[in-house]
Amino acid sequence: MATKFTINGEAHELDVPPDMPLLWALRDHLQLTGTKFGCGMALCGACTVHIDGQATRSCITPVAAIEGKEVTTIEGLATPAGKAVQAAWIGLDVPQCGYCQSGQIMSAAALLAGNAKPSDADIDQAMSGNICRCATYARIRSAIHQAADQLAAAPSQG
Amino acid sequence: MDSRYFRSLALTAAPGPAELSRRQFLKLTSLAGSGLTLGVLLPGCAPAGKGPDTAASGPLSMPFVRIDPDNTVTVICKHVEAGQGVWTGLPAIVAEELDADWSQMRAESAPAQVPQYGNFAFDPKGSVQGTGGSTAVANSWNQLRQAGATARAMLVAAAARAWDVPPAEVTVSSGVVAHAGKNRKASFGELASLAARERVPGEVTLKDPAAFRLIGAQAQRLPRLDSKAKSTGTQQFAIDVTLPGMMTAVVMRPPLFGSKVQSVDASQARAVDGVVDVVTVPRGVAVIGRDMYSAKKGREALKVVWDESGAEKRGTAEMLRDYRALARGKDAVVAGQHGDVDGTLAHAAHRIEAEFEFPYLAHAPMEPLTAVCNLQPDKCEIWAGCQFQTIDQMNAAAQVGLKPEQVTIHTLAAGGTFGRRANPESDYIVEVTSIAKAVGGKYPVRLIWTREDDITGGKYRPLKLHHITAGLGKNGEVAYRQRVVGQSIMSGTPFAAMIKDGVDPTAIEGNAPEQYDLEHAHVSWTPTKSPVTVLWWRSVGHSHMAYSKEVMIDELAQAAGEDPVAFRLKHLGKHPRHAAALKLAAEKAGWDQPFAKQPGRGRGVAVHESFGTVVAQVAEVTVSGDKISVDRVVCAVDCGIAVTPDVIRAQMQSGIGYGLSAALHGKITLTGGKVDQTNFHQYQVLRMNEMPKVIEVHIVPSANPPSGVGEPGTPPIAPAVANAVRMATGLKLRSLPFDLAAARAAKA
Repeated sequence: MATKFTINGEAHELDVPPDMPLLWALRDHLQLTGTKFGCGMALCGACTVHIDGQATRSCITPVAAIEGKEVTTIEGLATPAGKAVQAAWIGLDVPQCGYCQSGQIMSAAALLAGNAKPSDADIDQAMSGNICRCATYARIRSAIHQAADQLAAAPSQG
Repeated sequence: MDSRYFRSLALTAAPGPAELSRRQFLKLTSLAGSGLTLGVLLPGCAPAGKGPDTAASGPLSMPFVRIDPDNTVTVICKHVEAGQGVWTGLPAIVAEELDADWSQMRAESAPAQVPQYGNFAFDPKGSVQGTGGSTAVANSWNQLRQAGATARAMLVAAAARAWDVPPAEVTVSSGVVAHAGKNRKASFGELASLAARERVPGEVTLKDPAAFRLIGAQAQRLPRLDSKAKSTGTQQFAIDVTLPGMMTAVVMRPPLFGSKVQSVDASQARAVDGVVDVVTVPRGVAVIGRDMYSAKKGREALKVVWDESGAEKRGTAEMLRDYRALARGKDAVVAGQHGDVDGTLAHAAHRIEAEFEFPYLAHAPMEPLTAVCNLQPDKCEIWAGCQFQTIDQMNAAAQVGLKPEQVTIHTLAAGGTFGRRANPESDYIVEVTSIAKAVGGKYPVRLIWTREDDITGGKYRPLKLHHITAGLGKNGEVAYRQRVVGQSIMSGTPFAAMIKDGVDPTAIEGNAPEQYDLEHAHVSWTPTKSPVTVLWWRSVGHSHMAYSKEVMIDELAQAAGEDPVAFRLKHLGKHPRHAAALKLAAEKAGWDQPFAKQPGRGRGVAVHESFGTVVAQVAEVTVSGDKISVDRVVCAVDCGIAVTPDVIRAQMQSGIGYGLSAALHGKITLTGGKVDQTNFHQYQVLRMNEMPKVIEVHIVPSANPPSGVGEPGTPPIAPAVANAVRMATGLKLRSLPFDLAAARAAKA
């Protein structure tokens, strides 16, 4: 039975087994490869997407669980917080290998959407589920602060 | 990896005549050790007759630089971009000599093709294309300066001809070619097709480094060329490759190292919806499905009986017990000795004996090993984040019965590697090609390793044990005796030819007498054997040798009642670059100021040279209970001319984080031969909350040619932290990863 949901603003119907992880449905069946596979156990955060605005690990989320929901991937990230985060990421040259960064950005965008001025402790709390083996953490932290500042300075933009 | 390792390998990888015939654009008339000399005409080099306004719209295309009519300058990078920044560093070298504007620079991967894209650090003939040993910028330095200057000269020649002015009067600045007298200006793009008709100059003049504008420690930050793609999900990795009709494979591999397939019952696996094939290949049994979901389901249903007769059945605890006994035995090869070690130790004023243990470590790059193969009767195409293109080409060719030149490799950005993708047997490349062969090439195959495959799959940094006795003689002279016990990385591989007088250089590199002026020293190695597979892991032997060295030196300083920095400097007289980096780190860290004596706070230092780069680090820690927090790291690095300083800073931060990850958590253990860890819940790695809040990187000014930065940031951090913890707690950390509870118990 097909699952109906919204992906990056467009209505979709996907006929795959209901227990297929959303990650592989996105990657193998919707050609949305910006969302990455890192562990398959919600341990690394590389697969992070937004479901109804909440940062969610797509690798352990079965397709059945997104029936009727709104899924946003890195390809469709267009919120003010999301755009500010991406601009800060590029401006500070956060990525190294870059493989984990889609997930990092989705987590950071969700953090800023709910907390306009996160402290270092807030960032630790929100971001420690996202592993970066290149250890770009220091720049991720700076970029989140920068994005928060930019959003505060120009809340209507983005 | 060290470039030395590759010299002999080149003998086995010399290109055949077919390799030479494949050069499409240029003949290389000579390959000097210092770089490339371009000496013949480009094809289609008809005399330039048309002015720039009517120019045809072709590019200026050379082996390392392509200038397109759209005014972009693309640098063809022979090294894989795995995060270390070669897609920025290599274009920066070209842009400097070309006087390009940074905004017009682009990067793309070179095809797998030697000697054109060979690594001169591996061997002077460029017989092997590959990335490793922190050599990318170092071995490309002269070559890409030449390439940039050559392209510049051809643009100038084209402009001079078109404008009918002497070439010497043509200027180039920030991507604009101009003649002041005639008030003419042209972009590189406008001149590209004309420049392509110019003769390639035999000799070009390189810039005086004093005139460098884009590169160097004082230059403005050059934005990375890959940040946008990597911040928008559009960077393509091997795992993202999709070909028409492509199927996905996962492999069930032996549960014990050294075991083999005995029998396979694939009936239930084949019954899984979406599974299209199950094939036995040399490295295991592959289950192929129409997507990852079905391939994994199929593998879960697969039943394999393994022949474990040749398997490793010891656990790491037993292996370490064996290592301890070996460390005390006579069986060892001597790597170096001088002075009177025993005599000095016998009468030493201070004497320290210690045993250090280093676990197996998985590299765990964020992109698990992945590769795509499209096999046809007369050719084989591979997409992967290849780190050893020439070796991968040879291994793939051998697997499918083709010649190396029939194997095309598309090198994609690698989602991290840290050495893992550079392995002499090309494990994952051999797997994907063998699967493609087993299914007769009837569809393209995408191989994905799961994280469990990665963590349990071997190719670890070797388990090591060091036994060290060090002492100070009556006049403060140092005696240092070290035995290293553990597996060889090179033995049994094409790199075995690098094992000289029985010593695998990766086993003992960066040892104390190499790095300090020690009056009496003896370093030996006892090689061990196990079916557990081992490999170079970011900074290779330095990753453990630096640790015991810097901890022992620190304890000797303490025993002598001397300041750790001053004591080191006293023994670095013949190592001025070490001394300069150490002084810079100490100065910037405020080492001469008394460190706040709050409970649990400590400060430690370490300095180490690897791959031609010297790095000193001062770490400040807070110990609370059994938890170590690294609050601040001050890092000084001497890597010669700083090509892209911000990439250097990023690599130091990265090396520190990677080394800290291993120091605080990294551990692969075996029980009954089986790996205990399967995923990141058991193989823990550094996360955001543990990253030092402050990392300062200071670059030692230098006019020397650049050396690498991908690995050298890693070795000093663990000993700097250990020395800080000792200051804070008095605990001596002898085993990695750090375990304060165990250290306390050992002390009690």
